[in-house]
Amino acid sequence: MGNVESINSPNGILVIGGGMSGLTAAIEAAEVGYGVFLVEESPYLGGRVARANKYFPKLCAPYCGLEINFRRIKTNPKIKVFTLAQVENITGKEGDYDVTVKLNPRLVNDNCTACGKCAEVCLVERPNDYNFGLDKTKAAYLTNLMAFPLKYVIDTKVCLGAECAKCVSACQYQAIDLGMSAESLHMKVGSIVLATGWKPYDATRLDNLGYGKYPNVITNVIMERLAAADGPTQGKIVRPSDGKEVKSIAFVQCAGSRDQNHLPYCSGVCCMGSLKQCTYVKDQSPETKVSIFYIDVRALGLLEDFLQRVQGIEGVTLVRGKVAKIEEDPATKNLILQAEDTAAGEKIKESFEMVVLATGMVPNTVEAKIPGNLVYDNYGFVAADAAGVYAAGCVRRPTDVSTSVQDGTRAALKAIQSIVRRGANG
Amino acid sequence: MAKKLGVYICGGCGISDALDVDKLCGVATKEFKVENCKSHPFLCGEEGAKLIAQDIQEGTNTAVIAACSPRAKMDVFNYGPSVYVERVSLREQVAWVHPPKDEDTQMLAEDYLRMGLARAQKAEPPEPFSETIDKTILVVGGGIAGMTSALEAAKAGYNVCLVEKEPSLGGWIAKLRKQYPKHPPYRELEDTGIDACIKELEGNSKIKVFTGAEIEKIEGAPGMYNVSLRQKGAATSLKIGSIVQATGFKPYDPGKLEYLGYGKYKDVITNVQMEEMAQKGKITRPSDGQEVSSVAFIQCAGQRDPAHLAYCSAFCCMTSLKQALYVTGQNPDAQVYIFYKDMRTPGQYEDFYKRVQEEPGVFLAKGDVKGISEEGGKVTVEVYDVLLGENIAVNVDLVVLAAGIVSNSMPEVAPKVEAVTPDGEKKVTEIVSDSGRYATPALHLQYRQGPEIPTLKYGFPDSHFICFPYETRRTGIYAAGCVRQPEDIAASMDDAAGAALKAIQCVEQTARGQAVHPRTWDKSYPSLFMQRCTQCKRCTEECPFGMYNEDDKFNPLPNPTRCRRCGICMGSCPERIISFKDYSVDIISSMLKVIQVPEPDEEKPRVVAFLCENDAYPALDMAGINRITYNPFIRVIPVRCLGSVNIVWIADSLSKGIDGILMIGCKHGDDYQCHFVKGSELASTRMGKVQETLQRLVLESERIRVEEISISEFKKIPQIFDEFMEKIKSVGPNPYKEM
Repeated sequence: MGNVESINSPNGILVIGGGMSGLTAAIEAAEVGYGVFLVEESPYLGGRVARANKYFPKLCAPYCGLEINFRRIKTNPKIKVFTLAQVENITGKEGDYDVTVKLNPRLVNDNCTACGKCAEVCLVERPNDYNFGLDKTKAAYLTNLMAFPLKYVIDTKVCLGAECAKCVSACQYQAIDLGMSAESLHMKVGSIVLATGWKPYDATRLDNLGYGKYPNVITNVIMERLAAADGPTQGKIVRPSDGKEVKSIAFVQCAGSRDQNHLPYCSGVCCMGSLKQCTYVKDQSPETKVSIFYIDVRALGLLEDFLQRVQGIEGVTLVRGKVAKIEEDPATKNLILQAEDTAAGEKIKESFEMVVLATGMVPNTVEAKIPGNLVYDNYGFVAADAAGVYAAGCVRRPTDVSTSVQDGTRAALKAIQSIVRRGANG
Repeated sequence: MAKKLGVYICGGCGISDALDVDKLCGVATKEFKVENCKSHPFLCGEEGAKLIAQDIQEGTNTAVIAACSPRAKMDVFNYGPSVYVERVSLREQVAWVHPPKDEDTQMLAEDYLRMGLARAQKAEPPEPFSETIDKTILVVGGGIAGMTSALEAAKAGYNVCLVEKEPSLGGWIAKLRKQYPKHPPYRELEDTGIDACIKELEGNSKIKVFTGAEIEKIEGAPGMYNVSLRQKGAATSLKIGSIVQATGFKPYDPGKLEYLGYGKYKDVITNVQMEEMAQKGKITRPSDGQEVSSVAFIQCAGQRDPAHLAYCSAFCCMTSLKQALYVTGQNPDAQVYIFYKDMRTPGQYEDFYKRVQEEPGVFLAKGDVKGISEEGGKVTVEVYDVLLGENIAVNVDLVVLAAGIVSNSMPEVAPKVEAVTPDGEKKVTEIVSDSGRYATPALHLQYRQGPEIPTLKYGFPDSHFICFPYETRRTGIYAAGCVRQPEDIAASMDDAAGAALKAIQCVEQTARGQAVHPRTWDKSYPSLFMQRCTQCKRCTEECPFGMYNEDDKFNPLPNPTRCRRCGICMGSCPERIISFKDYSVDIISSMLKVIQVPEPDEEKPRVVAFLCENDAYPALDMAGINRITYNPFIRVIPVRCLGSVNIVWIADSLSKGIDGILMIGCKHGDDYQCHFVKGSELASTRMGKVQETLQRLVLESERIRVEEISISEFKKIPQIFDEFMEKIKSVGPNPYKEM
């Protein structure tokens, strides 16, 4: 998409991360009139929200808003998008950053029309990371139906390469280049927006909750894919162990969050996420018994209405109590959940066909901090911007879509101010 | 400029396998007498692109590209603003979803090409609306959100006028003793920093501050607002580009909290009173002025309660935790109780919650307040303690009610309007919240649709609050802070910076003659052929964004910079006088005209489907990518919004023998998804009326159907098509076919 030669813009803004916050920052800045380089690690834009089935509280499809944002990108020459791109190094200072970006090989060039012939003839399969490994794709694949950019990608880790090359001959458009290798791209920019987002807390660390041990214990992010029409089950919420529709399901809140041994902070969105997922279950199967085990229901502000709405659905029970333990009945693969119902003051031992862990958010800045003077808190969130570098979205705090949009918009302004401050008005 | 058309048909991605491309070319050259029609097996490739570029260099100014969906390869088939490009989707909507080399598939492709040609012949590349634009930003409200917006916009190089009705800046934040922690390790109270903020603001030469000032009226439109102010009796007028509304909140009326002892017992106060007292110095009992040694906080006082405020005010949990530390700070031996429903301390605020839990003397309990009474100079609070499972009672010196906030837009009582019914009866009705006449006066906009921005049910501005939270129903006016949603200081400041960006972006986009959200690329704008206007007021009433004013003869007065380019006015106009250069009633009618309608005995019914181009149309593309097949008798026309569908298109279709009309738009109602807020709802209402007319004309009302779909429902859309065709089959051919 981008012309590598032209990447030299002291008035330009580098946005790292193509999820909701980064996407917003990039578009909002470009629409003011500034040049933006948007760098995203995965093959597509949209980040975590692209993999969500619906948004709370409207229960609408994320791609509805993304479609608008993608059109804003397609029609705005001020934005250059780099997917499969990782920022490797940043040197310099406000107004004069030298950035090295590694462009990982897609093995598919811009000729790709997304016709799908490559995948048809491809011999190798790979677990589909987009769907958390619940299904498979060919080595040549389209990440998702609405993928933007709409281009196939070939997984270099499993592709058989030149010795196979079936896709090369199948592609009528010379779009496949198995010889493509990683490239380094150097860019000069004036300011930087850091929007690298989050990942779910590793649920296998929650020994007592059985994730990874028992197939029918899943996490909230997996639930989003199970419920999605383009997901591994075509939107059917079924048990991983036997593919059966569930008649009872438990949501375990604060799975890792608000826990000194895991994430001491609250992840901000999991209460709303589980309430939303209740509606997925209930829409498909109104008789299914749904229980949510929580410490405090954090439906802040106007989101309270949504809590009331879900509480009003017949067969949804909110139980105040932290889940202590989950065990599997080996015969049925059902899960026996132990908790203390602090509201009723009694111990609960109840069996469910499936359990969803509302796992928390870990900022990606825990592992990948960028050079510069950003201030981080104990949890790896960015606590203060540095001159020239501005954080947005879940790298600042756990936050929902709407707040990420606000944050991305704010960061766009900060990045612009940085350029204006130096008199280099773009 | 004379049109010079080129038609380019791609044979790739299975198109030439499915279709007779030469025959398709014949449609262009023979039927439409286009001299230049070329085909290429890979039109979006280098060679194909060159083929088109070459023609353009030689004078072709209108390119009809029959290839993939208009959503694909947009960057390749873009030849700058002076070349009109019409895309005909032969791939996603023909080759990928219908049987190859089939008569009906070919007929479909030929119709699509005809429709594309008809459109290309009429449509022109838009020329931007150009006017002298003022880029000064007006910020209304001098609290933390307003001050932040003003400073942030100024730091980006823009002039700002800040208007505050109180004699001094600061708003609520200036009334705080401390704020709860915003910095790691999120444990200790912080200064608000308000004095420094005011100083910085007053020292910024780009910001003009008007305190003790009120807005009398705002006339005009984005980029050219005339704002009239009154400050200490003197009138001032300002030229303004765009506006940030940061008019804040008011505390919920504590007079309504008598059930919690407010007004009944002197020592029951609100969190706002507590803060005032703390800022002044000692925390004492109002009844006797004694310093307090025990305090109970009651959370959600009149909140999360349909009888009071149904919502949560988002920061009262943190505020009470903070105020608890005021009490223990003053008297380390004091006893503090906090009774809550759910402790809401999101994100890193959890650390502060833990910090207060560790504070000696502070006792937190989840519980329901059962009663409040006064005895022996103490207030007794009875609570059902959820954890203990029993009722407890505490006797305290002071009770603090954590009362909530109300957007300053929310009127005390819903305003009423007197209208005369068709029977001549006078009737008083309440104005609904999504009207421009509902909110408490703040902006005094001189808009046909009322002086304020339309709101949601609790008085917060109507917007797409998930994906596009800043977009209000009035273009160029962005809300920030607690007038927009309950939020704390940190969130308000972030919010205010974002709103400042949107205000800046609006003036820049407007200066370029481009629309603002969501059609930010769009340079078209509506023009009105006034000679035929009948002053019916539909356009002025139905525009969701209040674009039109009216003169005293009810003529519409368009304000193009308020326009979002949805075309809802175009859909509303019975005289068909509203047009965009590249989108008009006539353009779509021409497309309908060229659809070939087979004779009834051929048993090939025809249906026209109008699809919202943002949701239903991409969903159909996804059905294509999935190769989901469906009925080939449907002709799809993407529309900017379902609300832009003009009834005359229905009449045109039916009168030429089209058997049915399908309209697929976005969900409407409380959780509406329509990007133009009211478009899909209006379409639905209008079609209801058309159905009535059909019945009068002895035409079956089933011939018209309106459906709602979400972008992700790509499997449903072929089903809707097929089901509708079944229905049309059972209804039988349109009788007008034979006329």
